[in-house]
Amino acid sequence: MMKASTQHEHMSAAGRDLDEAEVLRVENLAAHLHTGGGVVRAVDGVSFSLRKGETLCIVGESGCGKSMTALAILGLLPRPAGRIVSGRVVLAGVGDLAMLSAEAMRKVRGRSISMVFQEPMTSLNPVFRIGWQISEAILMHEAIGREAARARAIAMLELVGIPSPETRYDAYPHQLSGGMRQRVMIAIALACQPQVMLADEPTTALDVTIQAQILRLMNRLKTETGSSLLLITHDLGVVAQMATRVCVMYAGVIVEEADVGALFARPLHPYTRGLLAAIPTSRSGGARGKLSTIAGMVPNLARLEPGCRFAARCPDVHDRCRMAEPPLAAPEGAGEGGRGVRCWLHLSAGPVAPALEAAP
Amino acid sequence: MASYILRRLLLTLPVLAGIVLITFLLARLSGDPTDLLLPPNATDEAREAFRSVNGLDRPLWEQFVTFAIKAVTGDFGTSLRFEQPAMQLVLDRLPATAELAAATMVIALSIGIPAGVIAATQRGHMADGLIRAIMLLGQAVPSFFLGVLGIIVFATWLRWLPTGGRGDWSQLVLPATTLAFNLVALIARVTRSCMLDVLKQDYVRTARAKGVWESRVIWLHALRNAFIPVLTVIGLQVGLLLGGVVVTETIFSWPGVGRLAIQAIYARDFPVVQAVVFVFAVIFVLVNLVVDLLYALLDPRIGYR
Ligand SMILES: Nc1ncnc2c1ncn2[C@@H]1O[C@H](COP(=O)(O)OP(=O)(O)OP(=O)(O)O)[C@@H](O)[C@H]1O
Ligand SMILES: [Mg+2]
Repeated sequence: MMKASTQHEHMSAAGRDLDEAEVLRVENLAAHLHTGGGVVRAVDGVSFSLRKGETLCIVGESGCGKSMTALAILGLLPRPAGRIVSGRVVLAGVGDLAMLSAEAMRKVRGRSISMVFQEPMTSLNPVFRIGWQISEAILMHEAIGREAARARAIAMLELVGIPSPETRYDAYPHQLSGGMRQRVMIAIALACQPQVMLADEPTTALDVTIQAQILRLMNRLKTETGSSLLLITHDLGVVAQMATRVCVMYAGVIVEEADVGALFARPLHPYTRGLLAAIPTSRSGGARGKLSTIAGMVPNLARLEPGCRFAARCPDVHDRCRMAEPPLAAPEGAGEGGRGVRCWLHLSAGPVAPALEAAP
Repeated sequence: MASYILRRLLLTLPVLAGIVLITFLLARLSGDPTDLLLPPNATDEAREAFRSVNGLDRPLWEQFVTFAIKAVTGDFGTSLRFEQPAMQLVLDRLPATAELAAATMVIALSIGIPAGVIAATQRGHMADGLIRAIMLLGQAVPSFFLGVLGIIVFATWLRWLPTGGRGDWSQLVLPATTLAFNLVALIARVTRSCMLDVLKQDYVRTARAKGVWESRVIWLHALRNAFIPVLTVIGLQVGLLLGGVVVTETIFSWPGVGRLAIQAIYARDFPVVQAVVFVFAVIFVLVNLVVDLLYALLDPRIGYR
């Protein structure tokens, strides 16, 4: 059974190589943002593994560190505030991205691992033609001529479903709708056929019909190009439609990890249960049509209290939850493979041997 | 695009009419032009004769119409000092001024833009602090002071450069640098702040995510956007630049329109002053038109409508 991250990560960290089926493994990644108001621990020890052809969804509330996780993987944390403070980002065939030089990392970006952003309206450069922007992505990584790059870019435009790609090649971003621009972004991201595509809430800014189109497009292209997809979202509907595996993120850490079916059928972490209860057509048996919300707010990532990060909002909070933070580990009596939860309720030991992977 | 230019040119016609009116009023504001144009000891008969010859005894509106018709054909009368057509004098000096302005612009852009970009990318570091200090100096020190300082240091002490005149390039260096100094400071400051803004934009992150070299991200993706507002600011400075031309040309005996203007004012050579004012105003309008056209060329979101 492949158990990629969870409690085995320390053992596997010793060996540099990934499992055969893995393309990307993030181990204990921590990224901090140094701001005027203190150090924001936006990513605070995140581990997960992405397998070939898989769609891994990271889901969580606004501000829990989803975007920063993706940006840290790509080495694009906001400057000069952001820094990776610990952890590894191992990409198949490349090695630990966090250790790469700036130039080596540049070569990886766009070629082996690429990203689609949340804001299609502002993510394309307004003064360059869209075709040029796609061609550039190809020319940066491949020793081919301008004409060949142009032909590839037109083929990409066609692939992402943009009508009359030959003419649209010369269009400027402002001449396209949000949905079309996001298609262009996807074309850029896939132009070099990367192993991994990161998509940070790619449909949040789009209206519902366009959203569905874009998601279907990404699903299709993922299969056609053989890339793996790391999809960030706060929408459990998107998770249900797209994911093979799910990581639920809360306040800078992953609180639950499971195959998509298992997560919806039997959510373990109180936060996950809260999220599921908060969607109108919940698939979880417990919701019974009644719409609820999770009370309270995400804690300030610059001033985290000791103990479980969800304690202040948790309906099932115990004393031990405030004493020590639970590790992300396989739940007691878990049948399903690769399942992990960060909650004392589901761990046998109690807070005696806390936080296996908590960084010092 | 051609029709856009034509429309813009047509739109400048009312502006030009206004310029003609102002130029006309210049001669009237200070009272009877006879006092300005004739020596103080002229006889009453001479004054009368002058008035009727120049139509100054006609109603004001009629004088304006006559003036306007002549002005449009470039006839501003004859220079009292040089006894040549006033407009011809100005046009003869125009190439020298154009040369100085072009050299100034080249210096200002080739120093100001890189300085601003480097300050923005090195924000908070030493290079940024140094550039900002120089920029502050450049904005605070008036160009005439710099000009005189330049002459003392480089012409009188070091004898590297001539003190003035026009001929080979060495004579262009001091006046152009002097004139460029304030402009460099301004361009660098605006470039810096625009770059800081652009570098925060999502499309810069996209470029990096594509694996574009950092230098290309900054000098192509970011600067291409940041230059658009910089251009606007440069356009707004044309008036100040023309003022600087007058001072700088005088300090360095540069035989341009600005120096001619000062000479004409001192010599009470009113036709020439009017011609200079008119030409400067037309240049101002034309430069703004060119800036607008460039603006539309650089920013595809602005159509030629
Ligand atoms: N440039 C920045 N400087 C300082 N702090 C930041 C910056 N960007 C984000 N943060 C903080 O980092 C934390 C994580 O932000 P992140 O953008 O990763 O959240 P997210 O999960 O992607 O949220 P959303 O769903 O709103 O996109 C937040 O608490 C946020 O306030
Ligand atoms: Mg985000």
